[in-house]
Amino acid sequence: MKDKLGLPRDRIDGARDLADKITRPILGFVEKHTTVTVERATLRLAGCDGADREGVPVPNLVVDQLEASGRLEEGALLWYANALIREGRDPGELDARIAAGLKIGDLPLGDREAIRRKGEALARAGLDRVAANRATREALLDRWKGRNNDPLLYLIVATGNIHEDVKQARAAAMRGADVIAVIRTTAQSLLDYVPYGATTEGFGGTYATQENFRIMRAALDEVSEKEGRYIRLTNYASGLCMPEIAAMGALERLDMMLNDSMYGILFRDINPYRTFVDQNFSRMINAAAGIIINTGEDNYLTTSDAVEKAYTVLASQFLNERLALAAGLKPWQIGLGHAFEMDPTLKNGFLLEFAQAQMAREIFPEHPLKYMPPTKFMSGDIFKGLAMDTLFNFVSKATGQGIHLLGMLTEAIHTPFMMDRHIAVDNAKYVMDNIASFADEIEFNKEGLIVKRAHEVLERTLAFLEEVEAKGLFDSIAEGLFADVKRPRDGGKGFGGIVEKSGEYWNPVEESLKATLGLRVGDGRRNGAEGGR
Amino acid sequence: MATIVRPYGDTLDDGKVQLSFSLPVAEGPKAREAARLIVESWGFRDCEVVHSAPMSEDFTFFVAYAKAQGGIDFELVVADDAREGESMSMDEVDAFIRERIGRKVVVVGACTGFDAHTVGIDAIMNMKGYNHHYGLERYAMIEAHNLGAQVTNERLVEYSAKVKADAILVSQVVTQKDVHIANMTQLVELLEARGERSRYVLVAGGPRLSNKLAIELGYDVGFGRGSYANEVATWVVNRIVDKAKAR
Repeated sequence: MKDKLGLPRDRIDGARDLADKITRPILGFVEKHTTVTVERATLRLAGCDGADREGVPVPNLVVDQLEASGRLEEGALLWYANALIREGRDPGELDARIAAGLKIGDLPLGDREAIRRKGEALARAGLDRVAANRATREALLDRWKGRNNDPLLYLIVATGNIHEDVKQARAAAMRGADVIAVIRTTAQSLLDYVPYGATTEGFGGTYATQENFRIMRAALDEVSEKEGRYIRLTNYASGLCMPEIAAMGALERLDMMLNDSMYGILFRDINPYRTFVDQNFSRMINAAAGIIINTGEDNYLTTSDAVEKAYTVLASQFLNERLALAAGLKPWQIGLGHAFEMDPTLKNGFLLEFAQAQMAREIFPEHPLKYMPPTKFMSGDIFKGLAMDTLFNFVSKATGQGIHLLGMLTEAIHTPFMMDRHIAVDNAKYVMDNIASFADEIEFNKEGLIVKRAHEVLERTLAFLEEVEAKGLFDSIAEGLFADVKRPRDGGKGFGGIVEKSGEYWNPVEESLKATLGLRVGDGRRNGAEGGR
Repeated sequence: MATIVRPYGDTLDDGKVQLSFSLPVAEGPKAREAARLIVESWGFRDCEVVHSAPMSEDFTFFVAYAKAQGGIDFELVVADDAREGESMSMDEVDAFIRERIGRKVVVVGACTGFDAHTVGIDAIMNMKGYNHHYGLERYAMIEAHNLGAQVTNERLVEYSAKVKADAILVSQVVTQKDVHIANMTQLVELLEARGERSRYVLVAGGPRLSNKLAIELGYDVGFGRGSYANEVATWVVNRIVDKAKAR
């Protein structure tokens, strides 16, 4: 993309350096700790699955047993592999016995070398499946090259019933959507387990379960074939089971994951330490699976003013980028978020939105930016809402955004009707076709409002990052510097689920992920340090 | 005297209405005729289906215009809205509290149950407020406690007792499968079981809540879509004064 704003390169580099300094202590902590859900994700990737009669997932049964006896610090897979050798069965049979009450932490540990071989074989089998999914996706994308919209049109379904979701997703894809996201049921982010099997009941969304992932993937593969266009599937690797959702998505060939480094802390009151450990592991899985993450900067603007707090979005983008690179994600996999959320009564608001979107594009040139539509100022006036969505569509295309979440004219009223999506796709296609080459034609007045605004936001972001660096990230979060919410480092949900790794800690899934991603064990920090150039 | 009102297009009493809807049938002449007939089956006359488009193989979107037949006597209409008459501004509310109550009013707000949407309670409580109406946190004479979302009724009750709240604000955004009704009812039952219901001005709010429903469920008032902090504050402080008089 052509440089139109003349943003000072040294200031952008300065912001990246600050993001590096800010996140360094966090990565140090991450390296030394595991969590209950990191262990469960490890088990899932090694083939552990199923649930007991009460619906408690087997990975939870295993981790709960080990945690209670203080053995989690050695790594759950040690005990799982040991049990497999002792009982001489495949994971399916062992899972059934664990569901029936077998306590694998009570079995004496056998020959360490045999356990090591077993665990490595399990990890390899899981990660081979992940790699095969990635190869399948890449082959399909290559087969239907050039058939997707640019930016990718992203639509949400949220009926609560996976079978109904399939119908809605099919219709959305046939209308032109490139990405289907299945919104999760309210409060799933606060469950410390992932429900098992297909589900038909949810509130404001559908449970993320591995079976639901499989059902939707199969349906979208069918539509892709029919339409001759690869339809991507998205879910939410966030909340208390962030890495497990990532694992399930990798196993079932999801293509994108909402996956923010701080969203859970700020907007779901999940413990900061827990979140940072979980996001790192989930991002390594996403990286290996070739999944594109979508970060959640749009959320800053739904609680704070979009003009005043624009710098918090850019600051968070720098931090999300840094932590993503440190987990092995490549720039093309980092869909940094932002949103069109300024007050529509603001004079020249459109220019400020344009400046923000163009600035993000120029600072993160290789990243498939995820652009979110107006929500906060949408009202029951659907006609006005459609006009706002039209301007949003314009900015998105004119600034070369990568992933475009379609705005709904009924945003403030209900979860979308089928016809709401139809109108949204029509509007976006109309605008984007009409201005297809606009970005190549337009340049900005060097002394004008747009250029000035972009420079201001960048400078304000640097000042903010300097403040965060001086205070430290944990204290900055505790003092409410982000999104005006205060989250103490030892508060929030899931704090109890963090475990310090013992000297004996062993996790062949983690080792194998790090090897694949070229991350050195004990130093996730410097990888990919070239940033988004 | 009866004053019958009907929809207005461009001539008084022409009854013209615009409609858009979809049918689970494939687009085509038969679908368009079905759309026209279905509109007329609702009591409309002279329906014109002006647009139809396929949304998938077996769903079609329509836009139609038609003449409504019914009218209503406007004089007999009674509105169900807590916001009768003019509401006070933030400064007026603060002045009212100083003069008539003489101490800070304590308000606790939360979005309760599994509902994770803070947007409603934030619009009323947060400093910034919404659409140029400052939230209660900005009021000099209101001590506002915003507990956020996914707060259990038990926690809300205990917290309110602890800070000696005058009013409790409950936000409910998700109404799928009537989950808000069970949740709102439980709060009232909890307060009654503790003998604390009469202590508080109990206010419900949410985009799909009516004043009538809130009162039926045992709340003092309900605020629906488009309500602002100063409107809620006006109602609450008036009720606090009324309650004190009644004693």
